[in-house]
Amino acid sequence: MTDPIVLLTIFVLAAFLGFEVISKVSSTLHTPLMSGANAIHGIIVVGAIIVLAEAEGGWEVGVAFAAVILATINVVGGFVVTDRMLEMFKSRPGGRA
Amino acid sequence: MTTEDWVNLGYLAAAVCFVLALKGLSSPKYARRGSQVGSVGVLIAVVAVFFGLQSDDELGNLALIAIALLIGTGVGAVSARRVRMTAMPQMVAAFNGVGGAAAALVSLVEFEQAGQETGWGALAVVFAGLIGSVSASGSALTFLKLQELMTGRPVVFPGMQVAMGASALGAVVLAALVIATGGMTALVALLVVGLVVGVLLVLPVGGADVPIVISLLNAFTGLAVAASGAALGNVLLIIAGTLVGASGTMLTQMMASAMGRSVTGILFGAFSGPSSAGSTAAVGEGRPVRTASPEDVSIMLGYAKKVIFVPGYGLAVAQGQHTLQELAQVLESRGIEVSYAIHPVAGRMPGHMNVLLAEANVPYEALREMDEINPEFPRADVALVVGANDVVNPAAQTKGSPIYGMPILHVDEAQQVVFLKRSMRPGFAGIENELLFNPKTSLLFGDAKESLTKLLQSVKNL
Repeated sequence: MTDPIVLLTIFVLAAFLGFEVISKVSSTLHTPLMSGANAIHGIIVVGAIIVLAEAEGGWEVGVAFAAVILATINVVGGFVVTDRMLEMFKSRPGGRA
Repeated sequence: MTTEDWVNLGYLAAAVCFVLALKGLSSPKYARRGSQVGSVGVLIAVVAVFFGLQSDDELGNLALIAIALLIGTGVGAVSARRVRMTAMPQMVAAFNGVGGAAAALVSLVEFEQAGQETGWGALAVVFAGLIGSVSASGSALTFLKLQELMTGRPVVFPGMQVAMGASALGAVVLAALVIATGGMTALVALLVVGLVVGVLLVLPVGGADVPIVISLLNAFTGLAVAASGAALGNVLLIIAGTLVGASGTMLTQMMASAMGRSVTGILFGAFSGPSSAGSTAAVGEGRPVRTASPEDVSIMLGYAKKVIFVPGYGLAVAQGQHTLQELAQVLESRGIEVSYAIHPVAGRMPGHMNVLLAEANVPYEALREMDEINPEFPRADVALVVGANDVVNPAAQTKGSPIYGMPILHVDEAQQVVFLKRSMRPGFAGIENELLFNPKTSLLFGDAKESLTKLLQSVKNL
């Protein structure tokens, strides 16, 4: 695997970015924001695809197959439900879409 | 450039999309675009990972991958489309749970494929597996609570602290074992212990605190994904997972402070001291309340100058938003000032009620946030509370009450208060509301939508 220190560096910098990127959010947007963040961690689908591609033997394939399904449900469902929530705010006067 | 370089550039583009998505989602103007940018990011990443695979040898499982993606897309899209807006919180919990489970499973397979190595790789695997399984079972339990398949009240049993301590200790021992010796059995045992910890963590959380726990578990899943990324040596997973972990932690704190709660208090509050929620619930039985007919209430409303609606979850369940909006229009045509008081956690999640009312075409200006509307209650002739309870409960200002410190709408300061309720049953927090017994309070029992329809009819007849 890649040098652990490099990965640690990326982790720490991403953590700061995550804290900084959302500063003040009105309570109106708490639910969509949570739902959107929830969809983003569905990116685990990438990891699931990688392990399934390399899986050999019964249980590995089975577990990795389940992981791809679950991760896809997370990411697709997450974005669809977030979009449905935000769709309802679009007809606000003053705000463009 | 090699294929690997292109794949990594694709990952970089995806990571940028996720940062922009979170940024967009925190501003009302760009929220929807933010969500769309995020989904584009995922698409780029999935395409990139497929290009990466072609340089690999094992392609025999490509068909399986395609099938799994199709099944997942179908299930995810259909359930997200079908779910009613009222049931959204548990939907998010479910999606979060499957994400956590996926992260745990990925770490399990990766551990085997990497030859059960010890040290750094095992540390990442252990983190991903443990946090992922805690998040999976915890989310499953919040789903059951919100879907009302089990009680929404805190569940505490004797010896719970011991059980929690024992499973936490067991998790640490097993984790150390995996890191030191690289045993597969120990890792599987760790995942099982993780499931137990998740259940024990969420059981004592009750009522209105459940959404905050979903947000916390969401951050957990993010961290599990980041740890999976470390195990796989995949930078995109580390970045995206960490972003969600960090921003999710911030969001959890914001939500908790909007409700006047502390995160540790929510998680461990029910452990310390007996839960008074259960004992006060029965007090209300047999105490006199003042009931009113729809005609009585319509007269109160029709001859008022200023009316404030306080919508709650009960309104949403009964799908009465549209009828309430019609009532508002009829009242306004009589020259009455109508506004909606929106508690930050009205409904079941922060911002939930705004979504529901927007769905019913209530104009955005009519929705007033708590701090803005609270000073206006003394000037209101009637406060009409529709299917809300906890968010107007003055007990929040009494020390020792389970909801002490939660900011409330000061409905009790209005000249007259009308509750549209199904029954005397207490709200989600499971505590009695003294305001129901106040002499200036009238109660109109029944399904919110039916009551509103009757009210609308009699106001029109005035």
